[in-house]
Amino acid sequence: MDLELYLDLLSQPCRAVYIFAKKNGIPFKMHTMELCKGGSGQSPRVGTCRDIPEMRDMRFLSAKHTAILIYLSCKYQTADHWYPRDLQARARVHEYLGWHADHIRGTFGVPLWTRVLAPLIGTQVPEEKMERNRIAMDQALQQLEDKFLGDKAFLAGQQVTLADLMALEELIQPVAVGHDLFEGRQRLAAWRGRVEAFLGAELCQEAHGPILSVLELVAKKTFPVPQPEAYPNMLRRIARIP
Amino acid sequence: MVLELYLDLLSQPCRAIYIFAKKNRIPFEMRTVELLKGQHLSDAFAQVNPLKKVPALKDGDFILTESVAILLYLTRKYQVPDYWYPQDLQARARVDEYLAWQHTALRRNCLRALWHKVMLPVFLGEPVPPQTLAATLSELDVTLQLLEDKFLQNKTFLAGAHISLADLVAITELMHPVGAGCQVFEGRPKLDAWRQRVEAALGKDLFQEAHEVILKAKDSPPADPTIKQKMMPGVLAMIR
Ligand SMILES: N[C@@H](CCC(=O)N[C@@H](CS)C(=O)NCC(=O)O)C(=O)O
Ligand SMILES: N[C@@H](CCC(=O)N[C@@H](CS)C(=O)NCC(=O)O)C(=O)O
Repeated sequence: MDLELYLDLLSQPCRAVYIFAKKNGIPFKMHTMELCKGGSGQSPRVGTCRDIPEMRDMRFLSAKHTAILIYLSCKYQTADHWYPRDLQARARVHEYLGWHADHIRGTFGVPLWTRVLAPLIGTQVPEEKMERNRIAMDQALQQLEDKFLGDKAFLAGQQVTLADLMALEELIQPVAVGHDLFEGRQRLAAWRGRVEAFLGAELCQEAHGPILSVLELVAKKTFPVPQPEAYPNMLRRIARIP
Repeated sequence: MVLELYLDLLSQPCRAIYIFAKKNRIPFEMRTVELLKGQHLSDAFAQVNPLKKVPALKDGDFILTESVAILLYLTRKYQVPDYWYPQDLQARARVDEYLAWQHTALRRNCLRALWHKVMLPVFLGEPVPPQTLAATLSELDVTLQLLEDKFLQNKTFLAGAHISLADLVAITELMHPVGAGCQVFEGRPKLDAWRQRVEAALGKDLFQEAHEVILKAKDSPPADPTIKQKMMPGVLAMIR
């Protein structure tokens, strides 16, 4: 049976999984899910936005992007650099992913909510929360540059790993809504250039296209308006912004 | 050179690592970093982890932070029994999935429960508004329900028939609110039966030893004012 992926390219971990599968030539059937509109009807285990991406492969269901990426890299024996076998090199990937869960995930997705999704359903996020989010992003970027990137080519070593993919997709999220994090951060910008060059312009365009056109769609009023049944989930997500 | 582990058993990920190393007879030297004395903020510890957090591991020149990374490193380096982190891909994915989930959901709620209920009012002398505490505890409740319904279900352990890193990480988390005096297992017979199985699998004595500090957290003497001042920003950021 073919691998089936339930993805929404507006969501950062979904894009990481999409890019990974494409880049490694893993055959899959894509089911498009519109998370932001609460459209989670198709899949049995999805209650909220949080449960994406989801994978279905021979009755095996998994809800978490990190688990999915590790599973795919082992199952399809992708090139070693993604998830290196070497004891210390792999530990560096996990060290990044652990830190990412605390400091990146949940923080860099916020601007899309404050600037686009909240207004779309007629809500405003208080300015002090937006300010707190900017500070949290700044601090995280500083640590990302100093502790993880350092003077290496990539976050966990000299080659691209799952860490770079997860990080890039998160960082693209604020950029797409007009908060260019890479401005004034040369080392990070150069890193982004290296990751994108490795992935290839075509794949990046394909995967980043939807998120990068969000502002344009909103301006032209062609961004899909969320259905009322999606409001409760969306409001809960908005309420969780610290 | 012997493996060094920088831990404080007050911290839930540190307890998981401590139990894992002891249970698997991994020889290590314990370097205690007392959070409540602000030892993690010292210059000496910044040499080990510039981000000033425990746990950290030092294996010769190799320094590693982040609890999940440390547990997986030990798992691979010391060839512990397979069930901790199974070779079988789907079983492994279930463990990974849990490890990814707990990071955000369970960790945050257990931490907040301990600080809002005990550490802020008792140790730091900062009263917590009753509605804040109530909100924290009801969020914890929702998370516990999720743990039971989505992860444990009717299985013996979180990822299947055997104990794994998922159970170890979960139980050490749940002992945080227990240390705060929350009745986490009351009215949850499935979760309670699971706790007993996990304790039995780890060994009662080891479990007790690792949790002595947290179970006494309620009785911490008030913090010294200079320590309190140093700690407050970190604490507030941590429980936000
Ligand atoms: N995922 C971001 C928000 C950006 C986003 O819109 N992604 C949604 C789908 S539209 C998602 O996956 N949200 C996860 C969540 O709500 O926690 C976050 O919460 O960190
Ligand atoms: N994601 C990290 C979390 C590390 C962490 O937050 N450690 C806490 C203790 S549980 C700490 O050292 N806190 C001190 C501080 O933040 O000032 C892990 O799992 O290792």
